[in-house]
Amino acid sequence: MSDNWDADDVAPGFTEARAYTVREDIQGYLVGLVLAALLTAASFYVVYTHLIWAPAIPIALVVLAIAQIGVHLVFFLHLTTAPDNTNNVLALAFGVLIVALIIGGSVWIMANLNERMMPMNHMMQMQR
Amino acid sequence: MSAADAVDLYRPVPGAGEGGRISATGHGEGGPASKRVIVAYGFWIFLLSDIVMFSCLFAAHAVLQTATAGGPSGHELFNPKNIAIETACLLVSSFTCGMSAVACGVRNQLWTQVALLVTGLLGVAFLVLEAQDFAAMVAQGAGPQRSAFLSSFFAVVGCHGLHVSAGLLWLGTMMAQIFVNGFRADILRRMMCFNLFWHVLDIIWVALFTIVYLIGEGR
Repeated sequence: MSDNWDADDVAPGFTEARAYTVREDIQGYLVGLVLAALLTAASFYVVYTHLIWAPAIPIALVVLAIAQIGVHLVFFLHLTTAPDNTNNVLALAFGVLIVALIIGGSVWIMANLNERMMPMNHMMQMQR
Repeated sequence: MSAADAVDLYRPVPGAGEGGRISATGHGEGGPASKRVIVAYGFWIFLLSDIVMFSCLFAAHAVLQTATAGGPSGHELFNPKNIAIETACLLVSSFTCGMSAVACGVRNQLWTQVALLVTGLLGVAFLVLEAQDFAAMVAQGAGPQRSAFLSSFFAVVGCHGLHVSAGLLWLGTMMAQIFVNGFRADILRRMMCFNLFWHVLDIIWVALFTIVYLIGEGR
């Protein structure tokens, strides 16, 4: 198996030295850095100001975080929709499914259990 | 990067099948993928499994965030200024890590080393700040044994910190390897894996400061 540069195949995180000039490469990373910095700043701004209705803040934060993760994947890890990237994207999609099941499922089940549990002071009274 | 990728479908591909069908290497008639692609794919799978492990810690923390057992809550403990500086350190280090990959791509020893060094220094700054935060919390009696909230806090943030420490060790060995052996094909592959690792650490930190610090701040 050869170790040669393979211009038609893409690996995650790989920047093609041949297809792009150094300047274009750096520009790509700079765009990613600026976008990520803006999204991070927005996250912190939302928490420490009263711009957004308080109960909606966690949802706004999750949306901003997902957007920033997308920026990182595209500009830093170079995941694209190119046909050669299919395997990497499919693996990522499976990972996202598992993560969503673990986090979403845990939060859902535990919140449900909490709701069904007898309030603590009732339980104390019954023990007497 | 995206402009070139978008036209891939219409670009004549060396080794494309009869009738002009696209079969890039690793697909259909394109023959086996190069070692570089396979190595990166395998490492990508490992990183995804690492992300799944972190998601378990995140799930535990999301459930236990309000279980303070009468102890201090996140709102009383977290120092937003420190967290913002830590976030900036890691984000900029992710950028400089990308710069080291660019320098590697054109085989520039000096700039590769400089970019890696800056990445490492930012990583060290991040770890020092985090250690200070931990020490301050333990000093005021908010150690991991205080409440379920703090146990899960130290587990998830500490696990990320351990990953950054391991990444720094790896970074040091990469600098030495590139310095001694130059841009050999196998060293370039390791460098690519290191880049992936470091960028994924930053992605995990994005989830971490959102779930643990910012959402926790409102609780």
